[in-house]
Amino acid sequence: MPRWIYLPAAAGALFIVLPLVAMASRVEWGQFWSLITSDSSRAALMLSLRTSAMATLLCVVLGVPMALVLARTTFRGQGLVRSLVLLPLVLPPVVGGIALLYTFGRKGLLGETIDVLGLQIAFSTTAVVIAQTFVSLPFLVVSLEGTLRTAGQRYEVVASTLGAPPTTVLRRVTLPLVLPGLAAGAVLSFARALGEFGATITFAGSLEGVTRTLPLEIYLQRESNPDAAVALSLVLVVVAVLVIGLVRGARGVEAP
Amino acid sequence: MKRIAGSCAAALLLALVAACGSSDSDGAASTATSATPEQTTITVFAAASLKGPFTEIGKKFEAENKGVTVTFNFAGSSDLVAQIQQGAPADVFASADTKNMDKATADGLVEGTPANFATNTLQIATPPDNPARVESLADLADPDVKVVLCASEVPCGAAAAGVEQAAGVDIQPVSEEQSVTDVLGKVVSGEADAGLVYVTDVKAAGDTVLGVTFPEADEVVNTYPIGALADSENLDVAQSFADFVTGAEGQAVLAAAGFAKP
Repeated sequence: MPRWIYLPAAAGALFIVLPLVAMASRVEWGQFWSLITSDSSRAALMLSLRTSAMATLLCVVLGVPMALVLARTTFRGQGLVRSLVLLPLVLPPVVGGIALLYTFGRKGLLGETIDVLGLQIAFSTTAVVIAQTFVSLPFLVVSLEGTLRTAGQRYEVVASTLGAPPTTVLRRVTLPLVLPGLAAGAVLSFARALGEFGATITFAGSLEGVTRTLPLEIYLQRESNPDAAVALSLVLVVVAVLVIGLVRGARGVEAP
Repeated sequence: MKRIAGSCAAALLLALVAACGSSDSDGAASTATSATPEQTTITVFAAASLKGPFTEIGKKFEAENKGVTVTFNFAGSSDLVAQIQQGAPADVFASADTKNMDKATADGLVEGTPANFATNTLQIATPPDNPARVESLADLADPDVKVVLCASEVPCGAAAAGVEQAAGVDIQPVSEEQSVTDVLGKVVSGEADAGLVYVTDVKAAGDTVLGVTFPEADEVVNTYPIGALADSENLDVAQSFADFVTGAEGQAVLAAAGFAKP
């Protein structure tokens, strides 16, 4: 590698790190603790953690079968299906929010069905979880599909020739083999759900303790109390750093 | 080696940032140098709620003043003040409330005294078929009616809290939104049964919402001030635009959009 590569590489690294440093330098450290532990901040943080955990669980329940189908089968139009599944990854979140509104909203595609079932999704915490799951599901699917392909099918073939039924192979061979990849995917989904803003504000609304997650609280605090917005932003940065550490840890265990 | 590369990278990055920055000031400089009577551009920072009428007023002003171009930056008033305080190239500032204009005058950014040019009051907006049959402010206190308000941190939320207090009504909203646009969006899409927005928003939304007037709205009147900015390169043009807004033609356009006189 030529030495001059260090130059643009360092500039790139600086480009990412500098804004974070600039933000950290604006934190009012004297009030930091009281700012991030105010009632509204705590409510937003707890809501964010709760909904993100729910969304991650949903991602695992829905995403593992999706990744298995994409990695272990071939069918016509698979490329198209994979592209569609990845769509929320590249879609502007606010577009996702509008799409969800016209699906699960009161006047949406499924609105009447949901109404008949006696469920209320609009302006509820459920709406937040739906928005977060929508945007973070692709992270789990992509991550796990990659791991499944790298792991290969050797052990699965051996297990089934030894007489293990498919469900046993899945439970005893495949899943343990890809567990680190699954964990990494789940952590990434959690992080994406935690940062979700656009789809939530478009689809779920904003009410303290019900739908106002941490990113929404930060955006609102900016209006009246910029110090609190900066302090809460730093909290999210710290969480993000922890998440990256966890993913690296999980990946490190993974067989090459 | 690493350290040299590091400092070079820092220099490179700063150079990039400076290059991006200077293109802006070049733009501002070119408008300044071309400030002959034939070619003048003024930039008006105006509250988002003024977008419709101000675009029209701008065209009329251009028609009456040959060689003058008016460009706009429409955003929330608090965002606009922050941008002006950070040195954004603006010639005129029109705020949706006196509070944000006061911030600008306190910093000595406004030339002279700002003039109040319009007022706005709240109105209830419902979907066109008014599914919850909302007829008064008191109806919004019904827990079965899904009401959306602005958060108290933003001006429309403060106004909503004001009318609630004046009427002695306690509304439990299902959502406290970031802006009037967000409230209107929830009503237009039918997610909410009612929302509190400005009279002018209901008017601009046309058939997509129904406006319900309530007497307590008069208790909280939002006043819009306008002023030329002290740092303007074309202070006389900026001042004449502000005068045009407060003048007969400007007032006619604002009245058509639903604004009242101060």
